[in-house]
Order: sequence, then C-alpha cells, then structure tokens
Amino acid sequence: MAEAAQQSTEQIEVNDSEEDMNEFLTFMLAGEEYGVDILRVLEIKGWDDVTSLPNMPDYIRGVINLRGTIVPIIDLRRRFGLKILEYGPTTVVIVLRVQSRGHADRTMGIVVDGVSDVYQVKTENVKKSPDFGTAVDTEFVRGMATVEEKMVVILNIDHMLNSNELSTVDSLSND
Amino acid sequence: MSIDISQFLDTFYEESFEGLDIMESELLNLDVGEADEEVINTIFRAAHSIKGGSGTFGLNAVADYTHVMETLLDEMRSGQREVTQNAVDVLLRSVDVLRSMLLSLKDNEELNHDTITKTHEELKILLRGENNSSKPTVSDNAETRTAPQEKTSGWTITFKPNADMLQTGNDPVRIIRELDSLGDISVEVNTDQLPELELIDPELSYLSWTIKVSGDVEEGDIRECFEWVEDECELSITADKVESTSIAKSDVAAPVSVPAADERREGDRRKGDRRTSAKSTSKKSAESSSIRVNIDKVDDLINMVGELVITQSMLSQIGDSEEFDNAALERLNDGLTQLEQHTRELQESVMRIRMMPISFAFQRFPRLVHDLSSQLDKKIELVLTGESTELDKTVMEKIGDPLVHLVRNSLDHGIETPQVRLENGKSETGTIELNAFHQGGNIVIEIKDDGAGLNHERILAKGIENGIITTEDKLTHDQINDLIFAPGFSTAEVVSDVSGRGVGMDVVRRNIRALGGTVDVKSEAGVGSVFTIRLPLTLAILDGQLIRVGKETYIVPLISIIESLQVNPEMISSVTGAADVYKLRDDYIPIVRLYDIFGIEADTTDISESLLVVVENEGKKIAICVDELLGQQQVVIKSLETNLKQIDGLSGATILGNGTVALILDISGVMQLYQYSGKTSAVTGQPKIIAA
Repeated sequence: MAEAAQQSTEQIEVNDSEEDMNEFLTFMLAGEEYGVDILRVLEIKGWDDVTSLPNMPDYIRGVINLRGTIVPIIDLRRRFGLKILEYGPTTVVIVLRVQSRGHADRTMGIVVDGVSDVYQVKTENVKKSPDFGTAVDTEFVRGMATVEEKMVVILNIDHMLNSNELSTVDSLSND
Repeated sequence: MSIDISQFLDTFYEESFEGLDIMESELLNLDVGEADEEVINTIFRAAHSIKGGSGTFGLNAVADYTHVMETLLDEMRSGQREVTQNAVDVLLRSVDVLRSMLLSLKDNEELNHDTITKTHEELKILLRGENNSSKPTVSDNAETRTAPQEKTSGWTITFKPNADMLQTGNDPVRIIRELDSLGDISVEVNTDQLPELELIDPELSYLSWTIKVSGDVEEGDIRECFEWVEDECELSITADKVESTSIAKSDVAAPVSVPAADERREGDRRKGDRRTSAKSTSKKSAESSSIRVNIDKVDDLINMVGELVITQSMLSQIGDSEEFDNAALERLNDGLTQLEQHTRELQESVMRIRMMPISFAFQRFPRLVHDLSSQLDKKIELVLTGESTELDKTVMEKIGDPLVHLVRNSLDHGIETPQVRLENGKSETGTIELNAFHQGGNIVIEIKDDGAGLNHERILAKGIENGIITTEDKLTHDQINDLIFAPGFSTAEVVSDVSGRGVGMDVVRRNIRALGGTVDVKSEAGVGSVFTIRLPLTLAILDGQLIRVGKETYIVPLISIIESLQVNPEMISSVTGAADVYKLRDDYIPIVRLYDIFGIEADTTDISESLLVVVENEGKKIAICVDELLGQQQVVIKSLETNLKQIDGLSGATILGNGTVALILDISGVMQLYQYSGKTSAVTGQPKIIAA
C-alpha cells in the first residue's frame, strides 16, 4: 500500500505543502473508480461467508465477527443498484469507521469488486459533484477528483452508511 | 496542597450516600417516645462520619449543616432531649437536604440555598426551642452547641510548625479542619515570623496558631490530629476551664466558624465556585461507577485463577512430551474437562461480582411508604422479604424507577382509606409486600397489596374511552388486567403528584421489557393485586439452545423454551388455510415458520419433517419450526446496535466456538413478526404453503 502511495505521489505533481493533501483509498465497482478517505479505513480483507440478517434490504449481506465485534457487511453494488456480480478472487471487504451524530463511531464493511490504489489529492482538487437531478443520489458523493486523467468519485461514507435502513441514529426518539 | 485529596472524593461521596441511607432507614425505625439508644447511636455515627469527611474535603456547607444535626442527635443520645415525631420529621427532611447538597456538590451544581437555609433554621429552632437546658442564644449554633456543655472543658492549643514542615507533606490547614470536626474551634494565626513578601520561600512555614477547641473533646482525639507532625512542631495542649469565646477569625479558619444564615449563603456559593474551578474537568461525564465487592467473592476468584494456572501447566506438559500416545490423549482429555469446568466457574465468579442484593433497590421504600401514607392519610405496613436475593448491578439500577412507580400505584390506587377498609371488614392498616426470589434463570419481584384490586368496570370504560378497545371486544379477566399496561392508559381521575401523570404503566412495562423482563398483574376485586416482575439475572450471558434453519444457526434463550418435540402430523390443523396450529395436550399452539418470517430457505417446508420448539413469552406460546436442534451452550450476548441497529425478532448476536456469528432470537419479537405476517397475508390473500 505504501508503495502504491509513493508511486502515485510521484505521478501526480505534488506540491510541497502536505497540509491540504488528502489521501484516498480507491476501489473498483462496475468499472468505475471510487475513493474513500484513507483515515477511515480500518482494514481490507477477503470476502468470507457472512451470517445473514432476516428482513433486511438485500444490500446488507449480513454480519461477520471481526475480532469479537459484530460488523455488518454492505454490498456496494447492490447499494448503488448496479448489476449483481458473483464474488470472485478480487472481491474484497473494506472495513470502515463510520461517524454519526449522537452515536459512537461504528464499524462497517463494504464489499467492492477490488481495491485499486491510494492517491494523494489536494483538497482544492476535489470538485463538487454536478447536480445529477434525481438520477443519482448525490448525498453519497463528496466530490469528484481527477487523478492521472481518470475520474474518481469520492464517497461520503458517513452519509452512505447512516441512511435509515442502516441505523436508527438519526431518528429522534429511541426510548 | 501536597496530596491531591480529590481522588478520595468519590469514595467520600459514596460513603456519605450510604451513611445517609442508613440514617434514613434508622430514623424510620425510631420509635417516638422511647427511642432505642443503639438506633440513635447508629444515626449519630453516620452523621458524624459525614461531618468529619466533609470537613476534611473542605465542603463546609455540608459540615456546618451536619453539625447541627449531630448536635441534636447527640442530645438525644445522652438523653437530654426527647425523641419527638417533629424532631424525627425534621431530621428526615434534613437527610433529604443533605443528600441533595452532596449530589449538587458532586455534579458541581449550584446548591439550592433556600431549602438548605430553611431546614437548617428548622433544625436550629428545634435545638433552641425544645431543649430546656439551653439558654436563649442568638442564631449562632456555635453557642447553642456549647450551651449544654458548660461543665465540660475546652482546650487551648498552640501550634508552631517547624519551618520545613510543609516539605514533609503535612498541611496545617488540614489539621485545623480535622480539629474542626471534633468540636467548635476558633483559630488565631500568629504572623510575627512572616517575612517581607519578596523574601518568602513558599516551601517554608512561617506561621503559628493558637487554636481554641470548645466542646466535649478528648485530649487524645486532639493529639491524634497532630500525630503526623508531632516531631516537626512545637505543640502545647492545655485544658481550658473557661468557656471559649471567639477571639479572631483568621483567614485560614474563615470557613470554620459559622456565620449567620445570609453570610452562609455567600460562603456556600464561594465554596461551590472554588470546587467548580478545581474540578471542572471532571464534570458529570467523568463519573465512574464503582461497586463494593465482598472479599469472599474476590477470594473465590483468586482460587479459581490458581486452579486455572495449574490446569494450564498440566496441559502444556502434555504438549511438551515427546511421544503422544493413548495415555497422553487420556490426560489431555482430562485436562480439557478440567479446563472447561474452571472456565465455567471463573465465569460464574466474575458474574457474581456484578451481583448485588436487591435490598439496594428495596431500601428506599420504607421512606417512600412512610411519606406517602401520611400524605394520603392511609395506614400502611410495608413488608420486605427476600432482600438478600442477588441481582446484576445494571439490572438493579434500571429496575428502581419501575418499582417505585408500581409501589406508588399500589399505595395510591390499591390500598383503600382506613374508613373504607373498615367498612369492607378489613383491618385498618393495609399491607404492601415486596418480595424477591430466584426462579429458574430469572429473578422474580412481586409487589403485592391487600387493597381494592383492579376495578374492571373502570378499566373497561377507560379503555373504550381512550380507543384502546371497542365495546364489542370480549376480554378475559387477565386481558382486562393487562389493559392497564396499554400506552396512554391511566385510571387516575385526578393527576396527583403521587401517581397518575398519564405516563403510567406502559412506561413501566417498556422499561422492564428493555431489560429483557416481563411484568404482569393478577388481581381480585376486594382482595388485592399482585404485580409480578420477571427479570433475567444478568444481561451479559444467556443460556441458549442452538437451532438450525436451512443454513442459518439461531439461538433460542433456554428460559423461554418449554419443550422441543417431533411432529405428529395428526396433531396439525390448519385454520382457514392461513395458519397452522399444533395440538399439544390441551393447548392449541400456533406454528411459526421461522423461514417464512425471516425470509430464508429451510431444508423442508413440510412441517411433519421438521422439529417444533415450543416457546413461551408473557403467557403466550408458539411452536417454532426448525430443521435441527444443535446443542445447548452459554453464549455471550453481543449487541447488533453497536454497529448496525435493532432488528425485529433478534435480541442480539453471539460468536460461536468456530468464530462465526449466530443470531439470538427475541421471542416476543418473533411473535410480533408472526402476527404481522399473518395479518398481511390475510389482507392480501396470498396463498400460504400448507403442510400435509
């Protein structure tokens, strides 16, 4: 991973100041490259069987045991309504730390087609995503960045993984 | 300050609250007129330690306050004062005030000076007014205190610390505070030795003091205060026959002498401020709870760990041996059996540490009943049994409020007024019984009253009025009783501050359910009601039956299982083609297909080929249809909410021996899912698979 980071720093022309640099882990999903803040990534592991949960939307694959804690696994293809793909050898689970209002940090895993790279991107180079109208839920998208002339969609995982089916955090009364 | 005594503050608060509880319960035991000396002594001791402790920590508002109480108690103890109902009531109120003072100090909140001053005055009036031996004095309690003790001598102490005393970690201020806890003191500071400001070495002591202690104080007690510094100071203690008078109020001793009420208020506030600044970092959030553990339990644990270590070394010896033959295998098996046993025992011992006798939850009721019965003009006797029944601390903390609510309800609605009771041929005094005992893996708490019982007509009328039921509903006796737990149901016609705020029993039931428990009521008109609360002993570990449905493994709490059985196809009947029931002896039990309500695939949809697990919750039974029974084991409950959310039909998850996650069924949730799925399919008319 560190090597990859090194490589990409060389490839993109980096400024001296590291302060407004963000590092993103990118992964592939149906041919597109998506990025998440690398500081939120706890670990990357291969796909393993999960214990499925009853009466949950199909994108919640189930829960796994991650060193004694129960961690839910979300299939991002299904979450985004993309074509469902058989899990293969490159399929990985990225375990993320999710922050939410009024709740302790939570740990969740996302299933993606494969990890891609680590990029350093200047904050100012993360452009706001255009308004897609109702076609795309831009709430999940933090912005877009161009790296090596490729487009990377930077995800807002806190929004993405705190929607109503995944948590009761934002609903008010929990008695 | 050389030692940070704030670290002991939490212990002080904890002990003080315990002391207050003791004072309260003993005050209630006190028979007016002929007081048991031992009881008064107990109360006095509790008050005395609170006073001493608060003095040490510089909580002078508390110390001053307790001091008056102590004086009063002291006079009762020595027989100078009669124990009157009025005095007991005032003392009880003072206990409340003291408790709230300590609570506010603990949370760094502003003290409620009005109530403090009010009860403080009440105490002082009591001291002055009812005591014949005391001469009329101004409202300075220092003088009231000395009045009955004219015969006893005071002490004059001159105390001159060596210059380097501070360097050994001794602080004169603390010694003076300690003296203050013995009796009233007045302090004069001698600043002759004090050099010019710029010449002062802050680590040296330049001051000396003349301290006058008045009151019934032993010389030994005074010497004890100076025990640590005797070698490092010039000290003289002389008996003082003349009644002491305040000489001067030095800055050091300012909080020691008791100013009049108005000044006090200021003093308190200043005190509060100082504490706020000192402890602002450790506000409420930093509050850590602690438990006191019986030393036996800890010893048990240590023994267990010892055994565990022996077993471990035995096992590693087998592992180290060169050859591994049948004999070694046998030893290995033995070792593993031992290990299993020790692990289980260790687990039980650790769980027992969290267990506390339920008397902690019960102890507030004598006071509650005492206060409420006089408020409501009812005569009530409270009977507590099974107080030593142990319960998990977390459960205990959460059960307190529901219990209070239930007891208040019994007092307010259950027990009739004395006249009504006499008319109905009952004894004038009503009885409320609180009983706790273990039953299976549960703790059962009963609240029983011999009052009027639930009024079915009123409940039904109210239920219809609130739209909970309709006039057509035919309800059984128990169902009517159960209505009182429905949300928004309260039979109280007037909202009193005793009960009937409308939040009522549904909150009680919800709180108890949140703990994994149940509450129900049995009632007979004219005879009384019994509320029964069932709670799991602990929230962390569960005895479970592992079941398999298709590829999934679930855990059913063992306590809810009544029996598991193989299906006899003749006993299955289908009701309107939509739901199946199983005839088990005299019962008809609905069959719940877990694969249906959980949307998973099972080995078979033919009931006659699967097994039924009959479970019960709140008196209702269902038969869950499973593919295989796997085994029973204790499982550690892990929350699904930590990283996801509450899921209907599941109470949590656990990790099995092979590292996979298994889900724990929530039987009441499964029942709701079943009812819900039944309704929807009836509405949409979806065909259901009907087993042969």
